[in-house]
Amino acid sequence: MNAAPVYLDAASAAPLHPVARQALLAALDDGWADPARLYGQARRARQLLDAAREAAAQALGVRADELSFTPSGTAAAHAAVLGGLAGRRRVGARLVHSAIEHSAVLHATERHVSAGGTAVSVPVDRLGRLDLDAWAAAVAAPGVALAALIGASHEVGTVQPVPTAAERCAEAGVPLYVDAAQLAGRAPLPAGWSVLSASAHKWGGPPGVGLLVVRKGTRWESPFPADERESGRTPGVVNLPAVVAAATSLRAATADAAAEAARLAPLVDRIRARVAAEVPDVEVVGDPVDRLPHLVTFSCLYVDGEALLHALDRRGFAVSSGSSCTSSTLRPSHVLEAMGVLSHGNVRVSLHRDTTEADVERFLAELPGIVADLRAEAGVIGL
Amino acid sequence: MSEPDETLDCRGQRCPLPVIQLARRLPELPVGAVVRVLADDPAAAVDIPAWCRMRGQEFLAAHPDAYDVRRIR
Repeated sequence: MNAAPVYLDAASAAPLHPVARQALLAALDDGWADPARLYGQARRARQLLDAAREAAAQALGVRADELSFTPSGTAAAHAAVLGGLAGRRRVGARLVHSAIEHSAVLHATERHVSAGGTAVSVPVDRLGRLDLDAWAAAVAAPGVALAALIGASHEVGTVQPVPTAAERCAEAGVPLYVDAAQLAGRAPLPAGWSVLSASAHKWGGPPGVGLLVVRKGTRWESPFPADERESGRTPGVVNLPAVVAAATSLRAATADAAAEAARLAPLVDRIRARVAAEVPDVEVVGDPVDRLPHLVTFSCLYVDGEALLHALDRRGFAVSSGSSCTSSTLRPSHVLEAMGVLSHGNVRVSLHRDTTEADVERFLAELPGIVADLRAEAGVIGL
Repeated sequence: MSEPDETLDCRGQRCPLPVIQLARRLPELPVGAVVRVLADDPAAAVDIPAWCRMRGQEFLAAHPDAYDVRRIR
């Protein structure tokens, strides 16, 4: 009964990649000095930081001087939104964003609006795909300073039509910010963006490292009190050992991304098909085709999401949920709400490089019984 | 808003309880009957229309903390 735990929440944090661990340990010995100082230890730290920036930039296909390290993916998202708006304040104070952005983007949006700016939320359809007509109209309106679009939904896996959305932005002369947290290290980045953010612990890097990329020629102004660090884009000394580990693992994950996607996507398809077939009254959500290779989400009718997470945890499965009872605010996920899909009994399963077919099979074998037990306890069988 | 045939007071209940109450009661009423579910859990605004879609029932209207559903099958 005490089978090995199965971790299926890579979209929150992927297990540390082995090369990240090696790089982190080496850099703890070698990269503790302040890279901005003028002595031997500092020069060594500066070399490590420069090499990390070069490696991360190469993995993403951008210039090294366009890339800054931040204290988290959230900090990068805040900087992307507020800095993109600040850089174009002469044009206007309007932000256009999809209804399914990450909460970090929505929190930055709230700050912008409370400071007197405006924001327009563009809807998605039942599969979580951006409404491109509404997007085109929103970005073409006067006074739009910035548009923000998540590259692929972290909650339901639907890949967004970034290239087309970017074309509409370009026609309107509006820079596009893309949150690439679920794409970096897993899938090729889409074309057409001006600002991009990512988060190291999503690809197997350590927590506490984000990436902010601002393309040459983009009007972007730091929303924070600026210093000389990271081209003035993020204040404060970076956590250099973690940055080195993040860059090393991004390079490794990017090199393996195509093979990993080819391995994981069929497992995701298997989960989608088997859950729909073997768990009664379940809604498998997100686009069935245009989706992330590692993430799948479904909702079980009449089941309490928190009870389901606990029941799965007791059987050794770590997953997350967008149900309201599992959130600190007791509100359902804004993503599920925007899609108009069932929000209770929600489970998000996200796979990673250590996930095996046997893990997935064990999950699929146990899930129907766990859901049936919870429904029997609640007396909702046959409703 | 027009008067429903029956009102289910699910205020104070967390999802999925309001949806479960609706699923228990609606099939007991005649086809064409309208039930109003009073629910203050924010998830009800998403889950009651979603339940109607999954069960082929008609979601009529959302009012503040109240949702009207018609049995059509």
